[in-house]
Amino acid sequence: MHAETLVRMVNDISAFFAPANPEPEAAAEVAGHIKRSWDPRMRRQIVEIWQAGHADFSAVGRAAVAILAAEAARKAG
Amino acid sequence: MFEAALDGTFKGMYIQGEDLAQSDPNTQHVVAALTSLECLVVQDIFMCETAKFAHVLLPGSSFLEKDGTFTNAERRISRVRKVMEPLAGLADWEVTVRLSNALGYPMRYSHPSEIMDEIASLMPTFTGVSYDKLDRLGSIQWPCNEAAPDGTPTMHIDEFVRGKGKFFVTEYVATRERSTSRFPLLLTTGRVLSQYNVGAQTRRTSNNVWHSEDRVEIHPHDAETRGIAEGDWIGITSRAGETVLRATVTDRVQPGVVYTTFHFPESGANVVTTDNSDWATNCPEYKVTAVEVVKVEKPLDWQIRFRQNRETRLPSKHSTPASV
Repeated sequence: MHAETLVRMVNDISAFFAPANPEPEAAAEVAGHIKRSWDPRMRRQIVEIWQAGHADFSAVGRAAVAILAAEAARKAG
Repeated sequence: MFEAALDGTFKGMYIQGEDLAQSDPNTQHVVAALTSLECLVVQDIFMCETAKFAHVLLPGSSFLEKDGTFTNAERRISRVRKVMEPLAGLADWEVTVRLSNALGYPMRYSHPSEIMDEIASLMPTFTGVSYDKLDRLGSIQWPCNEAAPDGTPTMHIDEFVRGKGKFFVTEYVATRERSTSRFPLLLTTGRVLSQYNVGAQTRRTSNNVWHSEDRVEIHPHDAETRGIAEGDWIGITSRAGETVLRATVTDRVQPGVVYTTFHFPESGANVVTTDNSDWATNCPEYKVTAVEVVKVEKPLDWQIRFRQNRETRLPSKHSTPASV
C-alpha cells in the first residue's frame, strides 16, 4: 500500500484515542487496534515506514508504531 | 486487498455472491484492482458486474436451493432448508468442495451438518452447536458450549472480556472530503425499500414498478440556480469521477445536499464516491462526497450502451423460472 495511506490511517486511529488518554496509553490503544485489525503485511510495512523516518506521523501515531516495531524486533529475536 | 492487488502482491480472489464492482466506492479503483488480478473466480446466481471481470465463473445457488445455516446480527444461528434442487446442479458448498478437491486439498463432507460439526470441534464458542440441536431448539445464539448448552441470549451481563467496561471521551474524526467552490454540494447515497442493494435479485422482478431507475434528488433552490427541471439529465462530478442521472426536484433533500441510490449498474453512483473510510472499520464513506451537478443533454456513452443491452435482454429474463 502507499506509505501516505498507511500513515494517514495510523493518524486517524490516533486522533480518536489521543485526546482523552495520556500519550503512552493512547499509543498502546492505537497499537492494539492495528494488531487486531491490520493484516501482517500492512503491519510490517508500517514499521518499515517508521524506521525510514516518515515525517507525517502524529506524536501518538509515531509512538504506537514504535511499540509495534519493538514487539516485531523481540519476536525476530 | 484492492491496494495489494494494484501493488501486484495479491494475485487471486474468490468472490461468492458479492457484486463489489457495483457496490463498492470509487468504481475506477475497484475495476483497476480486479483487472490486475492473475485469477479472479466469481460464484454467483447472476452475471453481475463483478462477474464480467472473472477468469472463472462458478454457478451459485439461491437460498431456496441449499441447506445450511444463517447467522444474524444478534448471533442467532438458524437453519436454512432447500425447497428445490439447485438449478445449477450443485449447492454452493458442493462447488467449494469440488474446487478444493481440484486444488489438491480433499474435502469429504457429505452434508453441511458435517461442516458444522467441524466448526464445533474447532471453535470454543460453537462447541455445543449441531444440526440436531438446531432442529430441537429452532435456533441458537452463540456462545453455545458446556457453560451455555442452549446458547447465550445476552452477552457481557456482569463484565466484558477485558473486565469492567472502559469509558472515555473520544474525538470525532472528521472526513477529509470537503465541499469547495468547484464541488459545492454533498452527495449522499442510499437505498429504497423495493430494491435490494445492487438490485441483482430485485430489479429483475416487478419491484421495478416502484423503482425503475436511480434518480438524483435535488432541492428546488439548488435546481433553480442551475437551471435544472424535473426529469432533466444531470451530470454529477466528484474528485473521483462523473456520471449522469435524471433529476427529481424535491424538498425531501436539504439545500446543499443531493441524494441518489445505487440499485442499477448503469447509474454509476459509485463511479462518483471516493476512497474515504472511517478510522475504525474502514467502512466506505457513502454519505459524504463533494460534487457539482450540471444540466446535460444525455447520459454518458457507456450508460447508453448499458440501457440498450438491458432493454434487449429483458424479455428473456422475464420468461425464465428464476423469478421464483
